[in-house]
Amino acid sequence: MKKVVGVINLVDEKNNLSELTNHRSFASVPFAGRYRLIDFSLSNMTNAGINTVAVFTREKYRSLFDHLGSGREWDLDRHRGGLFFQPPADHERKSEGDISSFYENLSYFKRSLSDYVLVTNGQLVWNVDFDQVIEEHEAQNADITVVYKPCDDPYTSGKNYNVLYTNDDERVDRLNLDVEALPGDNVYLNTFLMKSSLLISLVEDSVGSGKYDTINEAIAGSLDRYHVHAYHFGGYVTFIDSIESYYRYSMEMLDPNVTQELFYNKGPIYTKVKHESPAKYLESSNVSNSLVANGCKISGTVENSILFRGIRVGKGAVIRNSIIMQKCEIGEGAIIENVILDKDVSVSPGETVRSEDEPRVVAKSTVI
Amino acid sequence: MSKKRCVAMLLAGGQGTRLGKLTTRLAKPAVPFGGKYRIIDFTLSNCSNSGIDTVGVLTQYQPYILNSYIGIGSSWDLDRKNGGVSVLPPYLGQKGGEWYRGTANAIYQNMYYIKQYDPEYVLVISGDHIYKMDYSEMLDYHEERGADATIAVLEVPWHEASRFGIMNTDDEDRIVEFQEKPAEPKTNLASMGIYIFNWKALEKYLTEDEQNPESSNDFGKDIIPAMIEDQKNVFAYSFDGYWKDVGTLQSLWEANMDLLDDDPSLVLNDPAWKIYSVNPNQPPQYIAPQAKVTRSLVNEGCVVYGDVYRSVLFYGVHVGLGSTIKNSIIMPNVKIGANVTIENAIVESGTVVEDGMTLGSNDGSISLIADGEIVSVPK
Repeated sequence: MKKVVGVINLVDEKNNLSELTNHRSFASVPFAGRYRLIDFSLSNMTNAGINTVAVFTREKYRSLFDHLGSGREWDLDRHRGGLFFQPPADHERKSEGDISSFYENLSYFKRSLSDYVLVTNGQLVWNVDFDQVIEEHEAQNADITVVYKPCDDPYTSGKNYNVLYTNDDERVDRLNLDVEALPGDNVYLNTFLMKSSLLISLVEDSVGSGKYDTINEAIAGSLDRYHVHAYHFGGYVTFIDSIESYYRYSMEMLDPNVTQELFYNKGPIYTKVKHESPAKYLESSNVSNSLVANGCKISGTVENSILFRGIRVGKGAVIRNSIIMQKCEIGEGAIIENVILDKDVSVSPGETVRSEDEPRVVAKSTVI
Repeated sequence: MSKKRCVAMLLAGGQGTRLGKLTTRLAKPAVPFGGKYRIIDFTLSNCSNSGIDTVGVLTQYQPYILNSYIGIGSSWDLDRKNGGVSVLPPYLGQKGGEWYRGTANAIYQNMYYIKQYDPEYVLVISGDHIYKMDYSEMLDYHEERGADATIAVLEVPWHEASRFGIMNTDDEDRIVEFQEKPAEPKTNLASMGIYIFNWKALEKYLTEDEQNPESSNDFGKDIIPAMIEDQKNVFAYSFDGYWKDVGTLQSLWEANMDLLDDDPSLVLNDPAWKIYSVNPNQPPQYIAPQAKVTRSLVNEGCVVYGDVYRSVLFYGVHVGLGSTIKNSIIMPNVKIGANVTIENAIVESGTVVEDGMTLGSNDGSISLIADGEIVSVPK
């Protein structure tokens, strides 16, 4: 068995989820009632037996640090390997592309004595079997394997995607970075596998020549020199790039077929455990088509909504088509419709929080 | 090992015979409770929340599930460099070995474990009870009274007193007499099976008790009466919170139903006193458009299409379309098909209930569905 080390690369994250990413990185945005976005990629690595994972990050990593801790929930509290949290060594280099983060961490790749490096990001909601990626990479005798998914998706805003084109053998012959993705385009999921030795030389050459600023540019510029194979991921994956798409993908979690694929068919998705009691439904509770996490206490009506951990819903309150994050308090008779409440929001009895078309975000700890 | 002020010894070898088929494959402390816990979570969490970080867990009957559940104790923050949780099964030594003959003998056989921490005090508790208690307050009381032994007591209704071990105390809460299940109780102060001993005194009494061939080697029947006889300082420590021995199907069912009150006396969600348990990594529960869930506790991983009223659903339970669950406890990973009716029942983990079945009744009995069989007992 080949030894693989992982990287969750958050360096070039776009923090475009308005209030949700004001104070936290994209990867630590709450999702699906009890998770943070990073849980999916990280759990996929754990489930593939990868027990050395580095998280490259540049900013707003406080909540991420708190969430990941020692990595214990992902079985990454190891004597050999484990979780490596890598904030920038030098905050002055913030404006540079992610190649400098790889360069700063060359010793991580050199010291790990691994055969392969698997790099992914922290914003995809998916349950991918990385073992299959590795198998296909070896079967194809590829130098680099990049993971893609055809874009058949109505929610993306159409901007800022990396699109790849292949020949008949699924060999990549073009990789266009930061372009508009049209339906049918193969969107590169910023996830790739290559030999550690190749990554090291690619990074050293890029920095030495000053030719490439990002790791993706380096891959896109090497298509002639290396055999870059495209791995078609056929499962469920999200393209979250705006509040609107965050909201729409969240609502897809109310489809039992989607949750079946994400949480039950393959390995489990791990997250930080909070030791909340089971959710309590009181006599007057009326919940339908909703996802409810533990620690909630519900006396009101909840429809087509997602309730994170530890939420109180008072008598006569109505929550519709909304996403309510951890520890929110919804007072008696309050009406919440078509909104996203960030953590610790408190809505006083009888108040109405509603938005007409675009879902509105209420910032963390707001009192209404 | 560095010295500890107090070491806890948690008796977890009980078979729980009166829980019928629920304890075929697991010991009573491992029986599921309250939608996400096992009974032993309450005492382990009490230890952790009371600052007692050295806990020996004495196992004997069907230990596998309990052992793997406890692991290295990380769920309760009891994975410690010095101390932590240690599972202590009966063992064979050079001079042979034997099963634990009684509660006192179980501790006697593990005196070596206690000695290595050279403690002032030993807390003896049992993994059979549901309650939240700050043992550090009891320990302070024990010190203040200069006691040799302190026993936690609870006022029970007078008509139930003859079911318990009853303490007769003087004006200063000194225990002057202990009666095991007396026909005519003199007080209604029942022993909760929670003892604090000065280690030196306990060591002496355990050793003497072991040498007495007549003894049943039991704390309630032998050790405590011997200490009272010798006029040792044995004090009662009053506790007035929720406490329940869930030793029968009736009491297990009742204790689960108690949690469904608007303001239950046992609060599971107190951030200052969390009840920890091993997390099964399940997604949030899904309540379908057709479902109706009221007065119930539902855990992660549940998928509910039917009606659930006054019931407790553990993790991974599926309730199919058109099914009704009422006054029932549904243990982990039970799959309930469509158009099923379940009433006044306890359904064992992993049971599959086929479409259209009716289980349990409203004739005043509780039905246990376990191992493919149904056994009914009066409520």
